Amino acid sequence: MSDFFYRVHFYLFGLLAIASAITFITRKGPVAAALWLVNTMFCLAAIYVMMDAHFIGAIQVLVYAGAIMVVFLFVLMLLNLGHPDEISDIRGKWGRIAAAFIGLAVLAQVMALARSQAPEELLVPAATAAAELRDLNAVGSIAKPMFTEHLLAFELTSVLLLVAIVGAVVLGKRRATA
Amino acid sequence: MMVAEALALSAVLFAIGVIGVLTRRNAIVIFMCVELMLNAVNLSFVALSRLYGATGQVFVVFVMTVAAAEAAVGLAIIISIFRHRQTVDLQNINILKG
Repeated sequence: MSDFFYRVHFYLFGLLAIASAITFITRKGPVAAALWLVNTMFCLAAIYVMMDAHFIGAIQVLVYAGAIMVVFLFVLMLLNLGHPDEISDIRGKWGRIAAAFIGLAVLAQVMALARSQAPEELLVPAATAAAELRDLNAVGSIAKPMFTEHLLAFELTSVLLLVAIVGAVVLGKRRATA
Repeated sequence: MMVAEALALSAVLFAIGVIGVLTRRNAIVIFMCVELMLNAVNLSFVALSRLYGATGQVFVVFVMTVAAAEAAVGLAIIISIFRHRQTVDLQNINILKG
C-alpha cells in the first residue's frame, strides 16, 4: 500500500514536471515561460525528497527556484520583455521540425545509454544511500564527502563564484564616459 | 526504488531543454532552457546516488554553484548586449558572425 502511494506520487510529480517543461518551451511571453520553469523545478524538488535526497530538495527550492529564477525574472522585467506583441520568438516551421528531430535523437540516445550496462570496472561498489543516510543524517551524508574527498573542488567553486560576481558587476556597470 | 523511471524522466526533460534551445530566439529563454537541461542532469545524479552513495549529491551541489555563476555572468552579458543593440533576439545579434 505504501509502495503504491509512493509510486502514484512519483508519477504525478514526474508527469507534472514534463507538462510544465513542455508548457515552458511553448509559451510566447518570457515571463510566463519563467514561471512554468519554476513549476518544473518545484516538481523536481518533490522528486528529490521522495528519493531520500532531502538536502538537495531543500537547496533546489532555495537556490534554483528561489535565487536563480529571481535573477532571470529580474532581468526580464529590467529589459521590459514581458510583451509578446511583436513577432513570436519561436522559430519558423523548418526550425521547429529540425529541433524536434534533434530533440528526439538526443532522447533516443540517452534512453539507449540508460538501457545499456556499464562496464564492471566503472561501477562503484554498491554502497546503498539508505545505509549512509541512517549513519549520518541528510546534511552529513553530503557534507562528509564534500569536505574530505572534494575539498579542492569546493574551494575552487568559491573562487568561481567570486569571479562571477566581479565579472557580473564589471559587465553590468554603465560606462561613466559613454 | 524507481531509479529507472527517474532516469527516463531526466532524459525526457533534457530533450525538452534541447528542443527549447533550438526553437527559441529570445536569448534569456534560451538561458532558461539550459537551466532546464542542468536540472535534468541533477535528477539523474540524485537517482544514481541511490545506487552508488552520496557522491552524486555532492556533484549536484557543484552543478548548482556553477549554474548560479553562469546565470549571473550570462545575464550581465545579455544586459550589456541589450544596451548596445536594444534587443535580445538572436536573429539580430550577429556581431560574432565575422
